[in-house]
Amino acid sequence: MSVTKRHGNPLVLALGGIFFAIFAIFAIFAIFAAVPQAAAQGGEPSSFAIRGARVVAVSGPILEEATVVVSRGMIVAVGKDAAIPSEAWIIDGKGLTVYPGLIDGLTDVALLSAGVAPGRLAAEISPAHAPQPAASGPEDRPGATPWRSAADEATLSDKRIESWREAGFTTVVAAPKDGIFPGQAAVLNLAGDRPGGMVVKGAVAVPLSLNPVGSFRSFPGSLMGVLGYVHQVWLDTEWYKQASAGYAKNPRGQARPAYDRSEAVLQQALDSKALVLIPANNSVQIRRALALAERWKVRAVLYGGQMGYETAGEIAAKKIPVLVNLQWPEKSKDADPDEPPTLRVLRFRDRAPSAPAALARAGVKFAFYSGAISAPKDILKAARKAVDAGLAEDAALRALTLSPAEIFGVADRLGSIEAGKIANLIVADGSLFAEKTKIKIVFVDGRKFEIRETPKPAEPTKNGPTGEKPAEEFALPMAGGAQ
Amino acid sequence: MSCFVNRTLKRTKTQPAMPLANRSAARTLLAAGLLFFSACAVHAAPPDAAPVILIRNATLLTVSHGTIEHGSVLIRDGKIAAVGQKIEAPAGAQVIDATGQFLMPGIIDCHSHIAIEGGVNEGSVSVSSIADVAEVIDPDDMDIYYDLAGGVTSSNILHGSANAIGGQTILIKLRWGQPADRLPFEGALPGIKFALGENPKRSNFSFPGAPKRYPATRMGVEEVIRAAFTEARDYKKKLDDYNRRLKAGEKDLIAPRTDLRLEPLVEVLEGKRYVHAHSYRADEIVMLLRVAREFGFKVRTFQHVLEGYKVADEIAASGASASTFSDWWGYKMEAYDAIPYNAALMTHRGVLVSINSDSGQEAAHLNQEAAKTMKYGGLSEEEALKLITLNPAIQLGVEKRVGSIDPGKDADLVLFNHHPLSAYAVAQMTFIDGRIYFDRQRDIAGRATLQKEKDALIEKEKKVAAAKEKSAEKKPEEKKSDEKPKPSSAGSAKGGAQ
Repeated sequence: MSVTKRHGNPLVLALGGIFFAIFAIFAIFAIFAAVPQAAAQGGEPSSFAIRGARVVAVSGPILEEATVVVSRGMIVAVGKDAAIPSEAWIIDGKGLTVYPGLIDGLTDVALLSAGVAPGRLAAEISPAHAPQPAASGPEDRPGATPWRSAADEATLSDKRIESWREAGFTTVVAAPKDGIFPGQAAVLNLAGDRPGGMVVKGAVAVPLSLNPVGSFRSFPGSLMGVLGYVHQVWLDTEWYKQASAGYAKNPRGQARPAYDRSEAVLQQALDSKALVLIPANNSVQIRRALALAERWKVRAVLYGGQMGYETAGEIAAKKIPVLVNLQWPEKSKDADPDEPPTLRVLRFRDRAPSAPAALARAGVKFAFYSGAISAPKDILKAARKAVDAGLAEDAALRALTLSPAEIFGVADRLGSIEAGKIANLIVADGSLFAEKTKIKIVFVDGRKFEIRETPKPAEPTKNGPTGEKPAEEFALPMAGGAQ
Repeated sequence: MSCFVNRTLKRTKTQPAMPLANRSAARTLLAAGLLFFSACAVHAAPPDAAPVILIRNATLLTVSHGTIEHGSVLIRDGKIAAVGQKIEAPAGAQVIDATGQFLMPGIIDCHSHIAIEGGVNEGSVSVSSIADVAEVIDPDDMDIYYDLAGGVTSSNILHGSANAIGGQTILIKLRWGQPADRLPFEGALPGIKFALGENPKRSNFSFPGAPKRYPATRMGVEEVIRAAFTEARDYKKKLDDYNRRLKAGEKDLIAPRTDLRLEPLVEVLEGKRYVHAHSYRADEIVMLLRVAREFGFKVRTFQHVLEGYKVADEIAASGASASTFSDWWGYKMEAYDAIPYNAALMTHRGVLVSINSDSGQEAAHLNQEAAKTMKYGGLSEEEALKLITLNPAIQLGVEKRVGSIDPGKDADLVLFNHHPLSAYAVAQMTFIDGRIYFDRQRDIAGRATLQKEKDALIEKEKKVAAAKEKSAEKKPEEKKSDEKPKPSSAGSAKGGAQ
């Protein structure tokens, strides 16, 4: 792969082989060294043409030896005879495959509050982290911070952004964590000059958790308590809407409906048809969630979905999409060898990766999400397991691109390689689902990130006799500068 | 035992352990051992769909009209179609030869906490009526299968006893293998759990660092119930007023806020929901009867009701009934006055009595629990059997559907190899809606297959783990680079962006 300006130095064109490669590396370093000036002058290249590559558009047929033209953050042309503008940097796509950037369907990557240990700082960022007084009922709104917004909490300083990008993820659906109504999710691109620039769409979904936030002394301390609580919150939200309208029309002689931040925010979210994400992993939970969706009358999306192999037909009948957790159930490392798991658990571990194939067969719209996978390289590996268990490769790819874009209402701008869409692309040297494939380049909003083979790392020098600073500290200012 | 204590022992380790009566421990172990293999198993096996079954030549313990020797029961469309000595098998019927065996109505457990997901208690508040057990029924709970294996066909699934007014409750049929929404007993009225005495006032434990929850006395328990029903009465009035004004054509009215905590209490006031009140002492039993009279609702069952024998006349006169243990006592202060004659004495005074389990394991031998009332109090065989069949059916308002072997009733039946009141009796087959949900011989025959599947899956996991380890050893360098920071690449990867 090479990067050069199309009408660049004629010398470059004359040089071949090793010389060329050496030059390219020098060129990159030269550009890199000149970052501040270049950026200040708007010198960052904004136009690229990937020429002669295999293009997996996802929304249409696969194109061989085609060109994808990117300009100012957008895909401007795709096809065999796509016109290449004169200012475009050419990327020789021979032997390479272009995919739409991958979307992680649910995560807390790129959020300010993620990974922050509970404490004073965390409490400032997220009230859910602050020590809460015991709640004595739904009216105390335990674990409810629906006003928190992933769009507002987006940050470029999350170190995971780079590793997610290197694994091919250009976009995440980020959702605040903690609590039963933790906040509102947003679609974020994994690059930008400012956090605000990452936001593709804010307030796309209201994620729910059904884990009790209370205990034997604070409400709710049980699953049934949580469910009663959530029912009550939805009822209150509906009531608040009607009561405040009724009061506005006829205040005389009527009790004033008390303002409640949760009710006001949730009402707004429901009015704008935000999705409600309901956790549901095993069959009992999935069936319960389908019933809850009907009872609550919300636009529901299930997340979890790993026992979808038993319940795909029922989900399909309700036309409810599913976000499938790619962190497949596994034997825990510290499992007691003297306590063998039940057959049901063993079956679940064995069959979970076949859930996506079953969902696909039943016609359920589904997307993948990383769950608690911490090494992003394992995300595609996990998707490959679903392929091994019967899911077609193109369906697996769709579940990482166009399907999540459709579910979250951003398919008009993300999820496939089409002219006019946001230039989120990955360039790989083979099929994404082949084990040896390497991702070479990632584009986020038309911005190019080269993924380099990692040279063998030097032994850590932390405790070295020279007292040198460890290598990663050198890397930090650079990483910051690039953003 | 109280459901509270029992679940505490079973579900959480944080609560102080309370002594379990020895008598059930040994039997529990036996039952657990017996069913160990089925425990991991049988789950997804659909019950035999057999529209027509003839059970032939059994001793029929009808409970409603005596014993029929060499009797047959014809099952059609899930119902008992005919009962008698001379019934021919219709063409195509499945015939079960029950020679030497005993057929009785399916056992009904009036107090159970099996199949509840995510906590038996919403213990945070003194009135937890917002919580509904019906929403968290776990059809995969192995206790369902254990209880089926003991001949139980229906269980009254109750919220725990942590609060004066507990959660909403539901009667289920043990349709093992069916999804949660197929378990509720169709048409049965839902219930609500109340609890009096030591558990709701939290006499026997506290939470370090936490303030004590109100109430802390029996007086307080009474006050909590009165306050809640006063609120419910006001709430109902508000709803009624609103509806009246709406009907009268008033515009732009603000509707009262729906209160899911009070709705079930309004249903109690309207007689649409049964009250199942966990209770021990005579004084608190009488207290609740007084409060119920004042607010105009009925107590459907007193649960445990260990001092019920002291106030049997009052219970009988109020129309309430009693669901008790056979002979468990002394495990806490308020259980000191319990006697094994309780069920018999209350029965003799005209109280409708049932024997319950309060435990997934105890439920597997409720027949033996019932038998004890013959020794302690001299109940007849039929009276003893009623304690676990027809009487709980009446208490739960489903006596037209189940509880005895009569034509037209649901074919919920259990076949024992000996008389069910004998210590040697072991359930052979359990039917619900005319389908075989437990078959001892099939269970035994299937164990090897299931064990084989289990072994194969364990082996498969081991192989995958070994292969993973091997590949990790092969490429130690690559693995390293994944974990280590990337000093030189960090710059260049970013550099590409410029």
